[in-house]
Amino acid sequence: MERIYLDHGATTGVAKEVLEKMMPYFSEVFGNGSSQHFFGREALEAIDNARESIAKNLNCRSTEIYFVSGGSEADNMAIKGYALAHKDKGNHIITSKIEHPAVLETCRKLEKYGFEVTYLDVDKEGFVSPKDFEAAIKDTTILASIMMVNNEIGAIEPIKELAAIAKAHGVVFHTDAVQAVGNIPVDVKDLGVDMLSLSAHKFYGPKGVGVLYKKNGVKIQRFLDGGEQERNLRASTLNTPGIVGCAAALDLAIAHMEENNKKTQEVRDYFVKRVQELIPNIYYNGPKDPSKRIPGNSDFSFIGIEGEGILFHLDLHGIAVSSGSACSSGSLDPSHVLLAIGIPMAVAHGSIRFSFGKENTIEQAEYTVKVLEQTVKQLRAMSPIYEELLEELKKNV
Amino acid sequence: MYNEEVINEFQNLQNVGFIENHNAYGKIGNAACGDIMEMTMYINPETEIIEQVAFRTFGCAAAQATSSRATTLVKGKTVQEALELTNKAVVDSLGGLPAQKIHCSVLAEEAIKACIENYLDRKAGKVSNENEKPKMV
Repeated sequence: MERIYLDHGATTGVAKEVLEKMMPYFSEVFGNGSSQHFFGREALEAIDNARESIAKNLNCRSTEIYFVSGGSEADNMAIKGYALAHKDKGNHIITSKIEHPAVLETCRKLEKYGFEVTYLDVDKEGFVSPKDFEAAIKDTTILASIMMVNNEIGAIEPIKELAAIAKAHGVVFHTDAVQAVGNIPVDVKDLGVDMLSLSAHKFYGPKGVGVLYKKNGVKIQRFLDGGEQERNLRASTLNTPGIVGCAAALDLAIAHMEENNKKTQEVRDYFVKRVQELIPNIYYNGPKDPSKRIPGNSDFSFIGIEGEGILFHLDLHGIAVSSGSACSSGSLDPSHVLLAIGIPMAVAHGSIRFSFGKENTIEQAEYTVKVLEQTVKQLRAMSPIYEELLEELKKNV
Repeated sequence: MYNEEVINEFQNLQNVGFIENHNAYGKIGNAACGDIMEMTMYINPETEIIEQVAFRTFGCAAAQATSSRATTLVKGKTVQEALELTNKAVVDSLGGLPAQKIHCSVLAEEAIKACIENYLDRKAGKVSNENEKPKMV
């Protein structure tokens, strides 16, 4: 059975070219980048080069790049680090309801420490309104964190506009760009953001490595106590192979972005069109305008059935996807993102994200549509609520 | 996360459907929580043996597998025996479930209990004997 990977939003495999560049840094160039001898200097040189390369690709200085363990850590470091360092200036933070848990849970933790957090609503397609954002800013606002691209519905948020508003009000602006970097152009100067998080494994780099971009002059508290690595803000021996891999993957992603996106979007658009043709009573979640969502993302809710059931049926046919249902996470509530864009609770349970990547083909999309059509039919035939739910939804329209 | 037995049951669900001439009906769960189980049975009034049983489930793979297994465990049993079926017995019969999925097996036990209670209530004349209509084909 052919295995079809449609979960690029979750992670991607390390590109061969990237792995090759990483390999020498496991056993040959194994030195600790902080050591003064030859072994250490050799490792440090590789790290410095990676830092330079990433800085160039993001359009910032290499002294503004901080290597961390991934997107979640970068978010924690930026938000907690800035908030705790500036609590005498104010205690108000603005974020949105559709952020990744790495941001949402960090903000909730800060609420326990006495911070006040505004969680902005989004519209039906998942966009934060710049007007709402500006209206939420008050004298005590010190920090805002809005994701650049939503991980479930792929919406590209108006970061440039939001960052400009934040700047005009003297509010520091962080963006979780984990789903953006490598997928769409990201230029920190052009965006005007003060801090940005990225994660290498989302763009064919290794897991366990990410970057926090922090504009020089933006003060944050030290995140990991210990040694003086990363300009004394994040202790821990530098992950040389991971860092080299992160830089190589970003280079590769940016070099081939246009062609990859063109192909990925073609397959995604074909898939979306076919699903809408073949399967009735569904919601296509997120932006309808393909230019306002990342090229690989699509997300559907199938009325009357539950997402995890769909996921495992597809899995048994060799197709890997993600579900927004509660049952996939162990919690009782379905995806907070889908609820925030107004998808009814019972419908949100029946949601699947199909996230395409550069290696997917039209044939794979077509096979997936066919399996999906059968699966949905089969699960609806055994659903005790499909028709009830349909009637109820029609009444509410 | 699921063992082979559960995946196998999920792939080969038993007793899916709706018994038109049922004399026992139970529906448990809540769409907002993402789990609903509906069970119909035909229970022989003379012997009180569950002769036919069918289920329909809106729920995850574990909800589907446990409802399916629960129906096979009560089919051919007496009402009294079926009332003694616990969610643990269903889980054990499937060789275990991930911890966060145990609540699905509780639903299966509850659906059977609700179904049999409905039968007993009908027998006692407490509820109408009119059958539920299947809401879809």
